[in-house]
Amino acid sequence: MASTLSEKIIASHVGREVRPGEIVVTAVDVAALQDGTGPLALMQLEELNLVRAYNPARTVLFIDHAAPSPRKELSNAHISLRRFAAETGAVLSEINEGVCHQRLVESFASPGDILIGADSHSCTSGALAAFATGMGSTDVAIGIATGRTWLKVPETLRVVLKGGFSPGVFAKDLMLHLIGEIGSDGATYMALEFTGPLAAEMTMAERFTLANMAVEAGAKTGLFAADETTQKFLSAQGRAGDYRSLDPDEGAGYARTFEIDASALEPVVSAPHTVDNTQTVSEAAGKKVDQVFIGTCTNGRIEDLRIAGGVLKGRRRHPQTRLIITPASRSVYLQAAREGLLEAFVEAGATVTGPGCGACVGVHGGVLGDGEVCVATQNRNFKGRMGNPEAFIYLASPATAAATAVKGEIADPREFM
Amino acid sequence: MVLKGKAWKFGDNVSTDHIAPGRYFHLRTNLPELAKHVLEDANPDFASRMQTGDFIVAGRNFGLGSSREHAPRIIRLAGAGAVLAQSFARIFFRNSINVGLPVLELDTSGIRQGDKLEVDLDGGVVKNTSTGKTTAFQPLPPVMVKILADGGIVEHFKKYGDFNLG
Ligand code: SF4
Repeated sequence: MASTLSEKIIASHVGREVRPGEIVVTAVDVAALQDGTGPLALMQLEELNLVRAYNPARTVLFIDHAAPSPRKELSNAHISLRRFAAETGAVLSEINEGVCHQRLVESFASPGDILIGADSHSCTSGALAAFATGMGSTDVAIGIATGRTWLKVPETLRVVLKGGFSPGVFAKDLMLHLIGEIGSDGATYMALEFTGPLAAEMTMAERFTLANMAVEAGAKTGLFAADETTQKFLSAQGRAGDYRSLDPDEGAGYARTFEIDASALEPVVSAPHTVDNTQTVSEAAGKKVDQVFIGTCTNGRIEDLRIAGGVLKGRRRHPQTRLIITPASRSVYLQAAREGLLEAFVEAGATVTGPGCGACVGVHGGVLGDGEVCVATQNRNFKGRMGNPEAFIYLASPATAAATAVKGEIADPREFM
Repeated sequence: MVLKGKAWKFGDNVSTDHIAPGRYFHLRTNLPELAKHVLEDANPDFASRMQTGDFIVAGRNFGLGSSREHAPRIIRLAGAGAVLAQSFARIFFRNSINVGLPVLELDTSGIRQGDKLEVDLDGGVVKNTSTGKTTAFQPLPPVMVKILADGGIVEHFKKYGDFNLG
């Protein structure tokens, strides 16, 4: 029978065809923890007397949410991750290396893999045609120790992408628009499968941005087929051997199909305090902004920094608007340095930080004050997200964020292009 | 098993950032301390005023957001009997079962703040003794009934030494 990408990947792991709704116990290829969820996972393994990694080379512990550590409790949590890695041979991704999802796509996830991560944006690796999903600490702990997990085979919502982006409109705008249309629970328990002519044309960076935010519509994962673009990306990471092509079958069964014509889109923001609370930038324009944050697993890649650089080069941030820029990983950071982007950002008045989650989750490095407004390129604007429930977060593309930093109020990037 | 307690009403889209705010990230290895802040950003009085056995009663998409298992854990640790909502986000739902917190999907619109409820987990109904109204909840998928009955996934593993979900 014809299968969707998710069904195909799960079937190849359990050795038979699968259908939505079925519960399967399956092998896990990659398992990941981060410094917020990892310590609890390791405590659970101790409780279970299972302090081991079934597949240490593909078990990865990331120190990224609080990197470098801003306080002793977190430093101690980091010690527990380092110790587990040393004892089991699992891979440790230290404070200099970057955000887990960016590191996973650069070095660990491959087409056809099943990846589980104790972080909700683990769906990012779906852009490489992996069945990649977020779970809690205990589920991932068991996956690490046994090499297996249980899953419900999800139904698939097909998102057909057509047309092309107008200048100033980006993958982020498209994804915010989609979530605004279907709602923050529009794909609960489902897999999103991105297809259509525009999906095939998209760069990997654009695909990562879309897959990253699948969970913001409630989805379990968000997948793209593995094609030549995937192959080129993996080769550029020195991982040509990890490529295999993977497509959904013609005639696969979808629970729903949703079409988007990108040509009709304008720049979009998600207004506080939910991701599906979308407005066009022209509706939101003029709102005074205290801080702009460009980075994260959604939009902290080199392509994003180039877009921000295009707006910021030769300009200055507005005197009343702080600007923080955080590359998603060490390799992004290095590349940005080589291209002169870091210099341009500092000249524009930005605070450029080392790679990591940075200000995104409100732990350190950019916590907002009472009543302050932030425009950020991350994936979530929930109340309290950036460390203060009295603050207001708008989500936007790197272009909109950079334009906003220059103007000091929510601004249309097309004014600066 | 029948659980009894009072209802604490919340709205739609209560996120894991409301339940376990990021500014307490450093307390994630100290759950009893973190539990003192449970749901603080949705209702600052909840943690200090709720009583053991009380229920969280919410609208749509409860628990959306991060994968932090700390969220259902501190709800349980604070003493809530169950979470009743119109619907749940996926990761939160699975985490709740894993940590032994009953999560029930039902029409919660008729339940008011402070209503006295009786939740019959086996019978699949919620009785609102303040209004006299009885509402059935969606049965859990069998695999989750099994994990919940074992007391969570860790207890399940201790019991069988493996997945035994068949
Ligand atoms: S960058 Fe933000 S969303 Fe991404 S993993 Fe880090 S905290 Fe989570």
